[in-house]
Amino acid sequence: MATVATAGGAPAPAKPPAKRRSLMGTRPWVAALFLLPALVLLGALVVYPIGYTTWRSLYDAGGARFVGLENYGSVFSDDSTFTALKNTAIWVAVAPALATGLGLIFAVLTERVSWGTAFKLIVFMPMVISMLAAGIIFRLVYDADPSRGVANAVIVGVHDTFAASSAYPGAKPRPGGDITATSGGSYTTKSTAQPGTPVALPLIGIPAAKLPAGTQDAKTASGSGLTGTVWLDFAPGGGGKPGVVDQGEEALKGVEVQAVKGGKVVATAKSAADGTFSLPASAAGAQLRLPSSNFAQPYSGVDWLGPSLVTPAIIGSYIWMWAGFAMVLIAAGLAGVPRELMEAARVDGANEWQVFRKVTVPLLAPVLIVVLVTLMINVMKVFDLVYIIAPQPSQPAANVLALQLYVSSFGGGNNQGLGSAIGVILLLLVIPVMAFNIRRLRRERRR
Amino acid sequence: MTSIADTAGTTGAAATPAAEREPLATRLAGRLGGGAVRGFLLLVALFWLMPTVGLLISSFRAPTDIGTSGWWKVFSTPAQLTVNNYQNLLSDHAITSSLVNTVLITVPATLLVVVIGSLAGYAFAWMDFRGRDWLFLLVVGLLVVPIQIALLPVEHLFRDIGIFGEIIGVILFHVGFGLPFAIFLLRNFFAEIPRELLEAARLDGASELRLFTQVIMPLGGPAIASLGIFQFLWVWNDMLVALIFSNSDSQPITVALQQQVRQFGNNVDVLAPGAFISMVIPLIVFFAFQRQFVSGVMAGAVK
Repeated sequence: MATVATAGGAPAPAKPPAKRRSLMGTRPWVAALFLLPALVLLGALVVYPIGYTTWRSLYDAGGARFVGLENYGSVFSDDSTFTALKNTAIWVAVAPALATGLGLIFAVLTERVSWGTAFKLIVFMPMVISMLAAGIIFRLVYDADPSRGVANAVIVGVHDTFAASSAYPGAKPRPGGDITATSGGSYTTKSTAQPGTPVALPLIGIPAAKLPAGTQDAKTASGSGLTGTVWLDFAPGGGGKPGVVDQGEEALKGVEVQAVKGGKVVATAKSAADGTFSLPASAAGAQLRLPSSNFAQPYSGVDWLGPSLVTPAIIGSYIWMWAGFAMVLIAAGLAGVPRELMEAARVDGANEWQVFRKVTVPLLAPVLIVVLVTLMINVMKVFDLVYIIAPQPSQPAANVLALQLYVSSFGGGNNQGLGSAIGVILLLLVIPVMAFNIRRLRRERRR
Repeated sequence: MTSIADTAGTTGAAATPAAEREPLATRLAGRLGGGAVRGFLLLVALFWLMPTVGLLISSFRAPTDIGTSGWWKVFSTPAQLTVNNYQNLLSDHAITSSLVNTVLITVPATLLVVVIGSLAGYAFAWMDFRGRDWLFLLVVGLLVVPIQIALLPVEHLFRDIGIFGEIIGVILFHVGFGLPFAIFLLRNFFAEIPRELLEAARLDGASELRLFTQVIMPLGGPAIASLGIFQFLWVWNDMLVALIFSNSDSQPITVALQQQVRQFGNNVDVLAPGAFISMVIPLIVFFAFQRQFVSGVMAGAVK
């Protein structure tokens, strides 16, 4: 939980500070004693390492040979490091903006509900847990198996609501029969359907145990119309003739049957519980087709942690952690915004969106910038989440600078020169913020 | 400083009188819109809670159940819940000793930052010495230095002085990188203490040390509390620093669990309760000290 991007002086001196703030008579050696522990630690653990790392970044992997800026060149030429650079750029461009945007929306909307405080607690809470715990949480969420990972369970649920899942994945007609495979995974009869002659549509390729509970035995269709039966042409215990509905063979309910004449579907029917179906008389002479939707493999969701989606997926978990931070800061800023301005806009006939867009957001701009900058600094250093969430095969695709630095210097990469160069790059990236903090402080002092 | 509850309270009150002035149509639209807002926020809240709830429920399920079905299945078959995972975990010596290490690292690292930061913050706020402003600017500059830049040199340094792999090394690193924020926060807070108070104490003959312990520390309570909570959570939750500076005897819970993640999938019964145990203390701290935490966040980021 990296704290600090202070883009502003904290509880900054409200009154202009007195010119000489110090008390009379502080002896210099007393001041030195008070400062000593802090300065020693800062010097040894922060300042000296900056110098050391900068120097080390100019030497080769083992540290023996001076190579100038070569390590910085390899940041761009080395494939895995360049991926890391690219991903870090994506992170910095996307994650802070999304978290801030969500935080803004939440902050504005929670003002309108009585349980806003509870909502804020829920959204803010992930910020206090470790990125390791958050990583484990999201490994569970993103589990590829929809029966275990909630993200895929939801997606598959939504998908199957709108696109009915196929009833019999993997089923196929008995080879050598009247039915042949046609384009796009469908199956079509060679002969045409005639009234009074029931059509047999025997299928195999699904275990009887996989059939839904309550499946009935198949019946040969009867009657003078255009009829037929779809069934599992497999008699338990053996026996049974291929292509004939035998005793004990199971019906396949809900299979879509299309009557096709000259390439056009003229009628469709679904098989009933006993496997029979009937088509209108107008379909006489048509070939019967079983469309591929009957046999498609079930939709199994999204491969969240595969190489192509792993970075967006991890960014999602980051936003889960940090949107609350943005929300709380923005809500505090919002509390300080004069309400009269928004009221005046409403009285002038502005709708809520216009008030938000033209009054609220501009008034909050300073807070939004601070939140954005804080998150950007934080995002540049993101390590734990990527390290934990990305499974081993996806880790190269999910690589970020902080992870690459760790791998290069400590995790078996054996290139401390490159690791140091990445460290220096991370530092260079935050220097604008550093300068901004210092300038702002000096301005406050001078006032 | 504002806590989560405060902001909600004040703004909620300010919004009410306006509603009465609006014409009926607008109010009606507002009602409908209000329903949509409530629905949306409810959905978001559920969405935000779900990952944590999933972890919590998973941590109470048998390994075989975790492997075959989702945690939401407990709502139809609650009987499958068990505390076995926790029992196994807490009887695992590697886990319990890493929990002890987490405490042994976090508590001193927090106390040291508070004490050393307070001393320096006081000196920067109230003592006069040459180079004071210049030094303070340097500290402010160090606020955003990424810890990554120091990992390698400090590793060498700790090897040289023989504390690499020891708990003390992990603590020192956390103190070093906690100090800029500590000094910054406390100096600004201490500088707000009324001058008269300090001068009066001085005239009564108090020494610098007495002034510091009897006046500054008590008055600086709120800022020290915010800092302490922040540093505590930062160190407790850290993985990277400990990953490098600790060894198998001194590693905290985050590092111990991190090693298990490699075989993710068949050890959720270890990871889920482990992650939850590591979250419990931060969550308690968060709920108990919400106000101080939020003011720490604000001081860190925004004026």
